[in-house]
Amino acid sequence: METISQTIERFGGVYLLPVAVSLIALVLIGIPSSWVTLTVAGLAMGMMIFLMASGLSLIFGLMDVLNFGHSAFVSFGAFVAASALGYMSGWLGADSLALNMLAVFLAFLAAITFGLVAGWFFEVVIIKPVYHDHLRQILITMGALIVSEQIILAVWGGAPVSVPRPSFLEGSWLFGDVTVEIYRAFAFALGLAVYIALYLVLKRTRIGLLIRAGVENREMVEALGFKIDRLFVGVFMVGSALAALGGAMWAGYETLITPALGGEMMIVVFIVVIIGGLGSVEGTLLGAIMVGLMANYIGFLAPKLALASNMVLMMAILLWRPSGLKPAVK
Amino acid sequence: MTLLSLRQMKTSIGQYHVLHDVTFDVPEGGVFVLLGRNGAGKTTTLRSIMGLWTPSPGSVFFAGQDISGLHASSIARKGIAFVPENMGVFGGLTVEENLVLATAKGKFDATRLQRIYTLFPALEQFWTKQAWSLSGGQKQMLSVARAIIEPRALILVDEPTKGLAPSIIDAMAEAFQEIGQTTTILLVEQNFNFAKRLGHGMAVIDDGRIAHTGTMADFAADTALQEQLLSLSA
Repeated sequence: METISQTIERFGGVYLLPVAVSLIALVLIGIPSSWVTLTVAGLAMGMMIFLMASGLSLIFGLMDVLNFGHSAFVSFGAFVAASALGYMSGWLGADSLALNMLAVFLAFLAAITFGLVAGWFFEVVIIKPVYHDHLRQILITMGALIVSEQIILAVWGGAPVSVPRPSFLEGSWLFGDVTVEIYRAFAFALGLAVYIALYLVLKRTRIGLLIRAGVENREMVEALGFKIDRLFVGVFMVGSALAALGGAMWAGYETLITPALGGEMMIVVFIVVIIGGLGSVEGTLLGAIMVGLMANYIGFLAPKLALASNMVLMMAILLWRPSGLKPAVK
Repeated sequence: MTLLSLRQMKTSIGQYHVLHDVTFDVPEGGVFVLLGRNGAGKTTTLRSIMGLWTPSPGSVFFAGQDISGLHASSIARKGIAFVPENMGVFGGLTVEENLVLATAKGKFDATRLQRIYTLFPALEQFWTKQAWSLSGGQKQMLSVARAIIEPRALILVDEPTKGLAPSIIDAMAEAFQEIGQTTTILLVEQNFNFAKRLGHGMAVIDDGRIAHTGTMADFAADTALQEQLLSLSA
């Protein structure tokens, strides 16, 4: 006879979790229009966190590197994009949609390029000497996070930096009583596009096959004739670039950023990676969406508990699944 | 003709000196068996040949070339495949993906693939299944199939019968007999009956040193030597 957990697995398993949380929230909130607004906000927030966290998950899964400096790329991505958007403020305010979009594209491109180059430098200079030594990894990457914050302070100053938004991403769409902020819909769409791209690369290409195999058993990948060190550098660069893109998206979402952004996001990013299961992009997406939805629902229903929502969620999920929602097979 | 030569190979793992003096030759063709008690250094010998542990310089020669300082990936590209004790299959990948990864260009040679289907019909049956869902025997078949999906000069096989049912062990022995006709196999094994059935040449390792080399036929006939080197009772 089929058990309850087998029945749940048959209907989608852990993928049902965000749906179940949303339905419970609908009952508790009781106002459908507020629920839709909160759900869209939660999904958008989840997608931005997914961008920041997916690289960290792959880096840990493949390289077994605990990179506490990952959120430095989030900070730098946010500040680089903010500066780029500031330089193109004329295009942002223009009536031309093409100029608006070009400004956003170039700002994101600047953040991604910075992430790729800084990621390469970080991997080769800071990470490579401490492969296989978790304690030193924690110390040196936390040190790098502190140094990066100081660099941001030196370059951009300590005052909050305002981030201009392009006019085509300002405002909201109204569907009856439901309000959907355009920027949030954009964040959701971009996050989804990145997830689909990552999914296709991992599932349909030879390099993706190598990454998935490397996450499980690096030594065997080498014994099959592949130099996994090169893969490490590539994955680290892409992971850093995704974090920078997430930071750029977050900057546009918050519209006011400080040098402490990286430190603030570090805990959320780690919670998402732990909830999702190390080394799994699908798990990271699930974890990020859960964190985004819970933060918005609990912020509405019980604002005093909002700060604790991530920790409570992590504890509940780890009690249920100690390896996370969708860990890579080891 | 000698395919693989080990010359006074020494290997240390951290502060422990595991191999002190490993010297033997593996001739081209057939199955060469490395026997020994638990902890004698059999697995370390295979891993050192494969470059997964670092052996002493100038101690491993493959087809006349010194490979003792090379990276595992370079050694694999020279035509040496490794079937580890834990099978090393990628559980999250399908059977097909596990085999694709072992091909040089990501494409199968139809003849070799057919040979694998003939040797291990279960792999064709579970072609699209993720490897974690296979039984222990099927995982071992996949691990061996991965080693022969491309032409290799030498296959290093570490205790392939460990934990397998007798019927699977029989099937595995037949597969190795067939593979050994075209590819040299260096087999590490504790199951003496299995080793006896397959081996042509053999060596016994004890406490990180080679204690005996010879033919399997002679060793199988000498029960006193078996008792002395492997603690096997007749």
